[in-house]
Amino acid sequence: MVETYQRRSALAHLGLVARAASSSTAGAGVIMSEVPHRTIVNVRGTASDVAFSSAVQTATGLALPSAANTVSNGGVWQIVWLGPNEWWITGPDGEAESLIEALRANFAGQHAIACDVSESRAIIALKGAKARDVLMRGVSLDLHPRAFRVGQCAQTGLSRANVLLHLVDDTPTFEIYVLKSFSDYLWQWLEKVAADFNLAVEA
Amino acid sequence: MLLIPCPYCGKRDEHEFTYAREGHIARPTNGEQLTDAEWAQYLFMRKNPKGVHYERWMHAKGCRRYFNVARDTVTHEIYAVYEMGQPAPVIERENGR
Repeated sequence: MVETYQRRSALAHLGLVARAASSSTAGAGVIMSEVPHRTIVNVRGTASDVAFSSAVQTATGLALPSAANTVSNGGVWQIVWLGPNEWWITGPDGEAESLIEALRANFAGQHAIACDVSESRAIIALKGAKARDVLMRGVSLDLHPRAFRVGQCAQTGLSRANVLLHLVDDTPTFEIYVLKSFSDYLWQWLEKVAADFNLAVEA
Repeated sequence: MLLIPCPYCGKRDEHEFTYAREGHIARPTNGEQLTDAEWAQYLFMRKNPKGVHYERWMHAKGCRRYFNVARDTVTHEIYAVYEMGQPAPVIERENGR
């Protein structure tokens, strides 16, 4: 755990708080912001094993998402589908250790793992009427609301970075999880594209 | 550009995948008894068919899982996609190329 007073988010060097203060979101087609310090716990296990799925449910109060490319959403936690035997549990900052402790206790005797990967990703939130148009310039997925619905997620390539896209609501708001080392590049790429759609920055 | 149906994530663009060469090649369990020629056969010799090819792909930008694909090397048509460990399906083709 990084000492809190030394801790900086991946995009802190861009001075987004100061930029947001001088940026008006009124009439903006796209609003970009960073979601700093979200807890991400990687969980792997056998989906069809009831002991495993109930272990996750006991710890988070959430069922594993049954369908591919979907997110199950609860009050505190979200479970993001990554693969047939792999998920992320995401939630508020500082909760990773207690969650992992609870998961590992429930996983006793199982072929399953829980691992804190919070510091691996930066999260960029992209919202507004033109958010889809921005993403469409760098993604090969069909992002039409009929094909990519609220609550769906997908791991794919966005420009030259590998990302996980999550459509949070129908504003639309996308959350883009990207490896921290790619976050500066991706932010700048998004900003360049979003400049065509009246961009505003939010803290 | 191929549209490859990942058995886990669904149809995705070819650039999300990496090619992992011919599938269904079993490593010999009696390696110490093989002649050099037999070992070389296992290591280096691969099919290069004009027609159905059984190969592996990995969904590198998605779920990062390997899976098998039966693909036509002439038309690029994908006949079947199936999980690792499953037997290769028999593909009947119309024109018998």
